[in-house]
Amino acid sequence: MTVAIRVEGLNKSFGGRRVVKDFAIEVERGRITGFLGPNGSGKTTTLRMLCGLLTPDSGSGEALGYDIIAESAEIKRRTGYMTQRFSLYEDLTIEENLQFSARIRDLDRVRQRVEAALDQLGLTERRRQLAGTLSGGWKQRLALATATLHEPELLLLDEPTAGVDPQARRTFWDEIHRLAADGLTVLVSTHYMDEAERCHDIAYIAYGELLARGTAEEVIRSAGLVTWRGEGPGVDRLSPELLGDPAIELAAPFGLALHVSGRDASALETALEPYRRPPFRWTRTEPGLEDVFIHLMGRVEDNFR
Amino acid sequence: MSAGRLPARRGFSRQRMTAVLVKEFIQLTRDRLTYAMILAVPLVQMMLFGYAINSDPRHLPTALLVQENSVFARSVVSAIANSSYFEIEHEVRSPEELDRLIRTGQVQFAITIPGDFTRRVVRGDGAQILVEADATDPTAVGSAVAALASLPSEALRHDLTGAAAASARSAPPFELVVHRRYNPENVTAYNIVPGLLGVVLTLTLVMMTAIGVTREQERGTMESLLATPVQPLEVMIGKLAPFVIVGLLQTAIILLVARLLFGVPMAGGWAGLAIGTSLFIIGSLALGFLISTLTRTQLQAMQLSVFYLLPSILLSGFMFPFRGMPEWAQWLGTVIPVTHFLRIVRGALLKGQDLAEMAPSLLALAVFVCVVSALALARYRTTLD
Ligand SMILES: Nc1ncnc2c1ncn2[C@@H]1O[C@H](COP(=O)(O)OP(=O)(O)O)[C@@H](O)[C@H]1O
Ligand SMILES: [Mg+2]
Repeated sequence: MTVAIRVEGLNKSFGGRRVVKDFAIEVERGRITGFLGPNGSGKTTTLRMLCGLLTPDSGSGEALGYDIIAESAEIKRRTGYMTQRFSLYEDLTIEENLQFSARIRDLDRVRQRVEAALDQLGLTERRRQLAGTLSGGWKQRLALATATLHEPELLLLDEPTAGVDPQARRTFWDEIHRLAADGLTVLVSTHYMDEAERCHDIAYIAYGELLARGTAEEVIRSAGLVTWRGEGPGVDRLSPELLGDPAIELAAPFGLALHVSGRDASALETALEPYRRPPFRWTRTEPGLEDVFIHLMGRVEDNFR
Repeated sequence: MSAGRLPARRGFSRQRMTAVLVKEFIQLTRDRLTYAMILAVPLVQMMLFGYAINSDPRHLPTALLVQENSVFARSVVSAIANSSYFEIEHEVRSPEELDRLIRTGQVQFAITIPGDFTRRVVRGDGAQILVEADATDPTAVGSAVAALASLPSEALRHDLTGAAAASARSAPPFELVVHRRYNPENVTAYNIVPGLLGVVLTLTLVMMTAIGVTREQERGTMESLLATPVQPLEVMIGKLAPFVIVGLLQTAIILLVARLLFGVPMAGGWAGLAIGTSLFIIGSLALGFLISTLTRTQLQAMQLSVFYLLPSILLSGFMFPFRGMPEWAQWLGTVIPVTHFLRIVRGALLKGQDLAEMAPSLLALAVFVCVVSALALARYRTTLD
């Protein structure tokens, strides 16, 4: 395995508040790693530290074989970064935005590259349209194209599909997988569970701490959760009651059903005993990523109290 | 895919600089407000100040101290009253009262006809009438004083007889002594239009760049820019160069209007004017860039620009004559670039100074450009910290 990113002990504070705490991660080349975690947990800050946009207060590491502090210029050259906010120039056309990205990275064959990107995007006909007038999905695809025009080795995507419709999200993810198949290493932050499942690896961050790491299955397994699925009229209204029992760590509605989870299987069964009566039906199920994340979140929140 | 990974140039890259430059230029041409700024600011300012210059105020409040009761005095008074420039509002009895009126600004003019007026006129013994003008507003005083020029030879024409009349034909029977008070440098109308060039350039250029760069931070596009290998000097040159054209355009507009509409003399000094204007434009742009590195929002950028603009207007010699200011204000004025630019423009247009005569001011502007550019580059952050 070749390593694209290896950092450890990264810390960053803003105004005395620690936003990233002793962050350590290793990312393999050619993998798509999803950064998940609630808002404000430090995902953007971490991505910025990886590409030299923010200097960590402490910690060290390398990306693409370059030191993230001393050689951030080299990393910038080989990295494509799509910011959380749409950061193309809305008053430039699609073509002008692409040209700018090519020139600002000192690329050769600017014209061919721009033509190829327009072609790939299917925007050749609309090249003279102002970028600000594109729909959300198109904006993000254009942003991705500008971020990869220089054929980077590392791609950092910060919530690239926020507010984009499902169809456009699919197209976007197909593109990401195509790039990764070419050997590109991708770090992508997201809020969507279905997108988390499209990643090769997951890193779950809450309140600046890395809480879980691995493939989706590994993350689920390491949480050690046992989950029961309850169905029947009114089952979703049981959760406040159920959470009163210490064995039940999680009771979250899934549509009309209720997922009840805990780490101690027998204690969980005992706790559920009083509810094994009509109209409720209970079946043992595999916990999903979402169950695990809610569970992880709950545990850090407990630590914070 | 390795073709794309050509290690980007480490030193200064012309292509990266051009990328920023072209982008800025396109954005500039797409922004209607910019056109408005380029055209409207110089034109509106010229019209506003030009109106003040062209205005030929009449019926200016006047106080009169007549120290003798005579035919001659009455003739002079009625000649003055007949001129539409003077409105005799006060006839006072003592020089003290006269002085108080002009000191407090109640009258623009104080005219004294001395007690020995008739005697001296008859004897041909240097008769005088004293006209004191409150010249704090020199444009107001100028044409009124000019209108008085014919008074000595005309006022007494019908009253003089005999020998006095004969000698009056060769020389005016009395003399008019004009004292311009409160305005030692006596700024003339022509002084203002060239001065306006400095103010307009400061207003638009400093503000436009300060806001332009801050806007990029606010909109989030700066983050993408910083994630590329682009270097501070490339960003700065690329961002400022298009505005040099804006500055030159405005200079052309102002000089044209000054010449065509207001007939401002253009005595020469073109070389110094060209160098001085270029330095001033570049310095103002660099200052705008520096301001953008100190602010986070467009509003802050605007406020800081205005903070700089105010002393540029007040202490540079544009509004008030430089030599009329107290010493501390002159010191402050000396460190303001507009002060030196005004000296260059006035020196060129009004006096036709050559390069050597302008050297001190040109040197001051060169220092301004160097210091501000260096500071801006030092302050420019390539990270978001
Ligand atoms: N430049 C900054 N200055 C001050 N606080 C910041 C800055 N950037 C981020 N923060 C704070 O750090 C925390 C983590 O932010 P961020 O990394 O954006 O989280 P996420 O991307 O996971 O939502 C938030 O509370 C945010 O308010
Ligand atoms: Mg974020």
